[in-house]
Amino acid sequence: MTNPFAARLRRNAPAWPPDAGPAANLAGFAVKRMHAVAASFRKRGEPAGRSGLAALAFVLVGAASLPVAAAPIPLIQTNGPIALEQARLMRDALLLMAIVVLPVFVLAGTFVWRYRRSRQATYRPDWSFSLPLELAIWGIPTCIVIALGFLVWTRTHSLDPYAQAGPGSVLEVQAIATDWKWVFLYPGLGVATVNELVVPADRPFRIALTSDTVMNAFFIPGLGGQIFAMAGMRTQINLRATSPAEMWGRNMQFSGNGFYGQEFRVRVVGAQGFDAWRQHARAAGGQLTRAAYGALVKQQATAPVTTYARFDPGLFDEVIAKYRTEPHR
Amino acid sequence: MWGRLSADALPVYSIVAAAAAGIAVLGVLAVIVLLTVTHRWTWLWREWLTSLNHRRIGIMYVIVALVMLLRAFIEALLIRVQQAIAYDSGGFLPTEHFAQLFTTHGSIMIFFVLMPFLTGMINVVLPLQIGARDLAFPWLNAIGLWLTTAGAALVMTSLVLGRFSTGGWSGYPNYTGAIVSPGVGPDYWIWALTLAGIGSTVAGINFIATIWKLRAPGMTLMRMPLFCWTALCTSLLIVFAFPALTVATSLLWLDRTFGFHFFTQTDGGNMMQFVNLFWLWGHPEVYILILPAFGAFSEVIATFSQKKVFGYASLVFATMAIGVLSFTVWLHHFFTMGASPNVNAFFGIMTMVIAVPTGVKVYDWLFTLYRGRLRFDTPMLYAIGFLVTFVIGGVTGVLLAIPPVDYTVHNSVFLIAHFHNMLIPGSLFGMFAAFNFWFPKAVGFRLDDAWGRRGFWFWLTGFYAAFMPLYLLGMMGMSRRLERYSHPGWQPWLVLAAFGVVLIAAGVVCQVIQLYVSWRDREALRDATGDPWDGRALEWSVASPPPEWNFAVRPRVRSRDAFHESKVEGLAYPDPGRDAYRDIFVPRNSGLAVAIGWAAYVLAFAAVWRIGWLAALGLAASVLLVIWRSFQTGTTERIPAQTLYDYDRGRREALMRLVPGGEIMHGAAASGARP
Repeated sequence: MTNPFAARLRRNAPAWPPDAGPAANLAGFAVKRMHAVAASFRKRGEPAGRSGLAALAFVLVGAASLPVAAAPIPLIQTNGPIALEQARLMRDALLLMAIVVLPVFVLAGTFVWRYRRSRQATYRPDWSFSLPLELAIWGIPTCIVIALGFLVWTRTHSLDPYAQAGPGSVLEVQAIATDWKWVFLYPGLGVATVNELVVPADRPFRIALTSDTVMNAFFIPGLGGQIFAMAGMRTQINLRATSPAEMWGRNMQFSGNGFYGQEFRVRVVGAQGFDAWRQHARAAGGQLTRAAYGALVKQQATAPVTTYARFDPGLFDEVIAKYRTEPHR
Repeated sequence: MWGRLSADALPVYSIVAAAAAGIAVLGVLAVIVLLTVTHRWTWLWREWLTSLNHRRIGIMYVIVALVMLLRAFIEALLIRVQQAIAYDSGGFLPTEHFAQLFTTHGSIMIFFVLMPFLTGMINVVLPLQIGARDLAFPWLNAIGLWLTTAGAALVMTSLVLGRFSTGGWSGYPNYTGAIVSPGVGPDYWIWALTLAGIGSTVAGINFIATIWKLRAPGMTLMRMPLFCWTALCTSLLIVFAFPALTVATSLLWLDRTFGFHFFTQTDGGNMMQFVNLFWLWGHPEVYILILPAFGAFSEVIATFSQKKVFGYASLVFATMAIGVLSFTVWLHHFFTMGASPNVNAFFGIMTMVIAVPTGVKVYDWLFTLYRGRLRFDTPMLYAIGFLVTFVIGGVTGVLLAIPPVDYTVHNSVFLIAHFHNMLIPGSLFGMFAAFNFWFPKAVGFRLDDAWGRRGFWFWLTGFYAAFMPLYLLGMMGMSRRLERYSHPGWQPWLVLAAFGVVLIAAGVVCQVIQLYVSWRDREALRDATGDPWDGRALEWSVASPPPEWNFAVRPRVRSRDAFHESKVEGLAYPDPGRDAYRDIFVPRNSGLAVAIGWAAYVLAFAAVWRIGWLAALGLAASVLLVIWRSFQTGTTERIPAQTLYDYDRGRREALMRLVPGGEIMHGAAASGARP
């Protein structure tokens, strides 16, 4: 007992909370609660017995977890060196942090079990300082943060979205965020698309970003990387895909009523496939003139995938310039 | 005459919104009827609304927080149900209403649940812990409360008149600018935040002055209970950070209302500057929310381990280090804006540096458990649940602080899972622990423990079920704020998350039942001694609830855990003798603070709806009322020494009866009482 004063007070306070051991709190808790709930139901004259309630609980939990158990976990399949490096970085950081985090779970569990009142283990009410322990709990996390800091510095530079993604000739793409679709322009090829980004495998590409509406965030989960697109400004992201694949990308920054549908298709194709696509676009597509673009932007709606054989050159810069006006005089 | 206000303002656009408005109006009417039928208006006005007593103001803050928690929680429930069913379908919420819901949910939880909750707890506890009779500026304290309440009332008004902002709780322009969002929504958001922000700022100033000037003799800084340290640190952060928010929202309001160009897309405006200012406040804000919870956990863990807190100096140093570092990390909220790798890496590393003092705190709490004698009452359960769950949020926070990792999960539900993982097990559990722990001190009877534990277990399991799936979904690329989606693989996880929120709902129901049961059984649960938990700091030395002067004779402090040490020495309730008693002055009630709050509400409401004359009236009223107060005399009331002496003698006699032998008053039995 701590001190007799406290003990005495406790005797005199009639409804002092009863001492429940952590045994009940941890493993057997659910069963114990079930007892209590069942008892309270019985008291009210309801027939629901313990087994009935337990069954009900199982059905509820089961019903909720069945679809989950059946579902595949479609974690993003990384494609390309950027996404792969980012995933590895996440894993390395997690491993480093496990050094300080796992002991928390172990110690919390151990201490709660060992030092619960009913167990009457060693009791040191005045123990409140230990230099070696203090050094360890400041020192070890500091070392880990230094290691993590090294990772952050080097990887932030090596995975800079503004740096070209590996060797090879860069494919230039320009992307304009609008309400609520993406317009992609290929200045080198002369073709344009809406809501579809087609890129060749194993070749770096650079997407210059701007917005013809509110702030958007350009993101292709499978390829890694996310950068804001803002009106009157030009940002960029460099990516690279390794192998042909069908993927998706979207705007991640809430932009209004059509935001949920602001997704685009990403097709990574082989070098030959890319040529074929360009020729097909050249032959089959319409024209993305200034007027056509203006009309497209004006309809605030999502749009189906469309391909254009050509677009008015300078369109991207004009969209940026539109917002770089001087104040009224 | 009435600006933008017309019949179109009524919420007929969505059945859910109309129902919510109906419930809000009926709720207000029910309260009015109830007060009238029970003839409680005078009582309410005299005992509560006009009171300048720190305990009563604190309780009113907490009531505001709990009412708003109920609303914001229902919104969370609607959001989760919508996402659970909205695979390739519109669900049951109109698109725009969904956007309002996530905006109000976030804004309310931050500004009108956690902020008033922690301000209320500090109000109740801080003066008692440092041996003060009240806060330094009782009237300013009431102003803070009524400005916050006015902000909350404005958000509630938006349910009935007009629509709230759809721009998210962070309200980035130019989405919230006049061109894209011409309606009243962003103006509601701006003014609610501004009122609450000013309220918080004055509360922060008040707490700092109180800690600096009103500590009892002998209560050096390094003898203060840890809750006081965290209150001090939070208050410093409030005073330094909130002006950035007030400036940001004010400039946005000028943009919207008078055609200024601070954050516009054209004419030289720059929306990135809003983002910068917002997070310059926003990141310290998360520490403002979490530090008082840390303080409460420090008190709870030491008390229910029945031993001294481990590493007091470490915990103090870590708290203050977090306070300073919290101003060096805000850029990590926009790594994806295109800054250079040098800038991003610097802020990423600074963010990780904060993890060190935070980790130190976790280990200090763990070693407080070591060789303790643990009791598992409701507050302690919240503390243990916090310790284990919070570190998961810490890990994901460090992941988000690595810029290249942030690029892949920014704006995704991974981020949502992360900050809920910090704010629910951290801040909210901290407030629940504090609520259960200090409730008997504030109100006079304990809360029912059985229902408290049920509430805890539902909250904890519900939290895991609701937010762990969001981490996975975030890694699958699911964006935040999606009203519907077309990825079938997401739905099972969203169903699980919705099930988690249903569990949390059961927890909320348990907590409501807990309040009812405790009130019903209040005689059995009465805290007769004022020390229901075998407490350690000075607040447990006074009666529950304490008299309006708290300490008739201010205590003399000789060590940390002052009350615990005096119990050990057998000097817990010393008789200082009649000569030690002097007349003291307590503040008289004042209705002016209430009036200023409502004048500010009128100003804000009129500014939202652009009713010029009414705004001028509200502004003039609030300024004139402050001036009027400065001419008032006789704002305090004298309590004669004899009254104080009689009260204390009565309490000592009552304690003698409760504690046979009454040794504690004379120290006969307590020496050698240590095991």
